[in-house]
Amino acid sequence: MTLRDWVLPQPFLTLSIAALWALLSADVSGGTLLLGLTLGIAIPLFTSQFWPGRPHTFRIGAALRLMLVVFYDIIVANFAVARIVLGNVDGIKSKFVDVPLDTNDPYVATILASIITLTPGTLSIDVDMDKRMVHIHGLDVPDRSLLIDEIKTRYEAPLKEIFGC
Amino acid sequence: MYAEAFASFLIVTGGFFVLLGSIALIRLPDIFTRLHGPTKATTLGVGAIVIASSVAGYALTGEVSVKELAVSLFLFITAPVSAHLLAKAAQKDRGEGRG
Amino acid sequence: MLTIAIIIGFVLVGLATVLTLWRLALGPTMADRILALDTLAIDAIAVVVLMGLSRGSSFSFEAALLIAMMGFVGTVALCKYLIGRAIIE
Repeated sequence: MTLRDWVLPQPFLTLSIAALWALLSADVSGGTLLLGLTLGIAIPLFTSQFWPGRPHTFRIGAALRLMLVVFYDIIVANFAVARIVLGNVDGIKSKFVDVPLDTNDPYVATILASIITLTPGTLSIDVDMDKRMVHIHGLDVPDRSLLIDEIKTRYEAPLKEIFGC
Repeated sequence: MYAEAFASFLIVTGGFFVLLGSIALIRLPDIFTRLHGPTKATTLGVGAIVIASSVAGYALTGEVSVKELAVSLFLFITAPVSAHLLAKAAQKDRGEGRG
Repeated sequence: MLTIAIIIGFVLVGLATVLTLWRLALGPTMADRILALDTLAIDAIAVVVLMGLSRGSSFSFEAALLIAMMGFVGTVALCKYLIGRAIIE
């Protein structure tokens, strides 16, 4: 364990906390940034026991691209859900689907589950790392394998690229 | 002027999606389908209203303020967690015990 | 134009609150009621933000953030109680 690992276990979390602090105080002067960075270094240190292993790499370009895809999907799928909710609700085929995972990294699985929940029409219920599955519920699923394919190519593949695993 | 029109559009869209979440809550047939409505429609709905508040602030005072976006950010982070726990609670209610 | 849009926004969110209260009364399961309470918190955030817009004050932001946090913690605590009959394991 090097000194850098000890003082800065999660550089990205440190930066996020500092940025959030500047956002909340609506001010980017020297004092605010210093206080934000102090918090950003202290919080990961004091919570390091709760984190399940360290994140590996982080590719910011791929992350931004995935964010755009997710925002686009949230907006498009919201209109699709609007049509379902306002239409004939007795005809919908809602069912449980098990999505097998290609990764055994709990970070990737957790972020994937969050993305599945945020995009309307699907909801992740459970992440089972022993069986490497995400147990999800779809609001209107005509075809199971189509949904699994879409989740794997649209979200899981970019996530694996971002974290390099 | 354009900023004001854009803010008005965002407010009406956001209100529509918030209402849609509650319509889903009433119309859909069982607890698992009902979970879909509020956890998303309201996230986007409140998101649009919060962005509208930021845009309107710019239109009225000429100052850009982004701290309202923290509310939206917080909702986007917490919505999956509460949806996950609600789904588990619903499973417990039905006695399926799959989770 | 903004004033009219804000009034429409209030009406839409108000209708949403009424429907959510109906689901809260209807149930039928505990999970349904917790979901309705969670949605009520989100409706309240929308109302507070709209109120800040119509009065041109920026203090509503802190209130909205507080309601968001309290709503989230409340939902998590109620769900944990329902799942395991214990909030902290």
